[in-house]
Amino acid sequence: MAEITKLIHKYLRHDKKFPHVWCPGCGNGILLGSLIRAIDKIGIDKDDVVLVSGIGCSSRLPVYVDFNTLHTTHGRALTFATGIKLAKPRLHVIVIMGDGDAMSIGGNHFIHAARRNLNLTAIIVNNNVYGMTGGQFSPTTPYGAITTTSPFGHIEHPFAISELAVTAGASFVARGTVYHTHILDEIIEKAILKKGFAVVEVISNCHTQYGRKNNMGSSVDMLLWMKKVAVSVEKAAKMTPEELSGKITIGVLVDRDLPIFTQEYQRIREEASKRWATATKFA
Amino acid sequence: MSESKSSQGRVLVLQGNEAIVEGAIAAGCRFFAGYPITPATEISEMMSQRLPAVGGTFIQMEDEIASLGAVIGASLAGVKSMTATSGPGFSLMQENIGFACVAEVPCVIVNVMRGGPSTGLPTRVAQGDVMQARWGTHGDHPIIVLAVSTTRECFDITVQAFNLSEKYRTPVIILSDEVVAHTREKIQLPHPEEVEVFDRIKPSMPPEWYIPYEDTPRGVPPMAAFGDGYRYHVTGLIHDVRGFPTERPDEIQAFLTRIHRKIYNNFSDIMMVKEEFTEDAEVLVIAYGSVARSARRAVREARNKGVRAGLVQLVTIWPFPRQAIEPLLRRVRAVLVPELNLGQISREVKRVNQGRVRVEKLNRIDGQLITPNEILSRLIKL
Repeated sequence: MAEITKLIHKYLRHDKKFPHVWCPGCGNGILLGSLIRAIDKIGIDKDDVVLVSGIGCSSRLPVYVDFNTLHTTHGRALTFATGIKLAKPRLHVIVIMGDGDAMSIGGNHFIHAARRNLNLTAIIVNNNVYGMTGGQFSPTTPYGAITTTSPFGHIEHPFAISELAVTAGASFVARGTVYHTHILDEIIEKAILKKGFAVVEVISNCHTQYGRKNNMGSSVDMLLWMKKVAVSVEKAAKMTPEELSGKITIGVLVDRDLPIFTQEYQRIREEASKRWATATKFA
Repeated sequence: MSESKSSQGRVLVLQGNEAIVEGAIAAGCRFFAGYPITPATEISEMMSQRLPAVGGTFIQMEDEIASLGAVIGASLAGVKSMTATSGPGFSLMQENIGFACVAEVPCVIVNVMRGGPSTGLPTRVAQGDVMQARWGTHGDHPIIVLAVSTTRECFDITVQAFNLSEKYRTPVIILSDEVVAHTREKIQLPHPEEVEVFDRIKPSMPPEWYIPYEDTPRGVPPMAAFGDGYRYHVTGLIHDVRGFPTERPDEIQAFLTRIHRKIYNNFSDIMMVKEEFTEDAEVLVIAYGSVARSARRAVREARNKGVRAGLVQLVTIWPFPRQAIEPLLRRVRAVLVPELNLGQISREVKRVNQGRVRVEKLNRIDGQLITPNEILSRLIKL
């Protein structure tokens, strides 16, 4: 049996009513492949993986995979993941969100999750648009872009997801694209293995909604665009801001060891039980 | 464990908010997520001390939406969980309350009511969230709402809230109010072994036989925790018995019918009311929360004056305890419903009454308590 078929049989749900909801050529399938390969390579037991998502096209991903899966309310995936991780720290909790889900309605949860530094993996699929609702501008839609709610060109400026995550205090931040699948496999693997809040921004294509309105062509054309504009972190370090204009930096942006919430909390538990025992002794 | 040295079994003077914390811990609550808000903040403060001492987890989240999200997540991982808030925060929680209803996740939400709408009267008492507790989240959904009126009830009813949420896999809302929350009263906490605790039914079948949302005679499917080896899907979308999204009319109908049936078929188990002098009552007061305290005093004083008054204190507010009210409405001459809103429960009483007897309202919305005298003066004229 081919290697890929083995993974499909092991990780995709056989009882799920396929076909999936994604358009032909969507980057979400490529990301799903990378995620499965990374988990398989690390060798985590399927029972110990919790895949949590919000609302949107990419957030439909967990339903197809044979893990513990949770499809939450719009923007709130990280909050549910926080509860799961605190209740059962041994579980690998991986959160899948889109750019609208994580950066707009869930933007506040995102920066606080990064600051709090729980041992979670947050994967944000950035296709620059709200795809499921029909192509409205999102917090990562570039200036000037045409969408169904910016028909005269977008007048707001986008969030830089990864840079925001770095500033907010995440332990690990990396960016990849659905064109550079080997790199994506590697950074997702690193993110899952990282102790601390790990963010992976995945540049993906929505040729149906975003590409069509902005003359970016087919799914293949958009993948080739990713190939053209991507620059590795190492190479980008030697480039001037002018040279970097219009480019996307891919690779690991930050990897640092910071105190993890659950470890800190263990200390609180020990201190609290000591203090409570003393407080009730003479009562 | 420090639990053996805990405050349980001791006589204490506690405020309502503190008694809720003790009740939650006695019921097995080991996770709390909250956001500071008057007049509920003491619950968070106490939880931050008590939960880590019993091996649980307290977290202060970035807002109330996040708080309930974390609570639902922790419950899905198998830990009994609670949050506490007041009006504005309760409004923010509504979407996730609906999620907990549809995904059938046990959890307890305390709403310490203050004057509203909007920022309203943060430090003043009110009972304006009765209808919001029932219908705040969108769509047809079942819900259990309990109201507390004393420190002792704060303990007991919190235990009940956890038991009902675990038994029926549903969010349970506790409506407290500013007066109950901050009144300090003597309370003898029961020993942990005296507290009857119900834990959710877990699947006993092997994982490959487990159908997570399968109908059962009780209407409540067994619930596996994430990480227990039963890998399944949880979603806020209407789902089939396997938990997968569906748009098939027969599956939609079956699902929504079941989640309602599991609550309404168990009315008698969920319905809690406290009656006083109702056997021979000619006039009846129906009250809940802090107003029930004034009502109890007023009814006793009315009896001293020779008025045959009776009291029904609603502990269960939703589903509305019509089985307890209806027989009384056939016997009495008139009913008085005092409440700190413009008439939210009196509407329900009138609906159940269907014009049989006179139902009068007594309302205050000025941030002040209804006094026993106010109720008494209306009672003797009824």
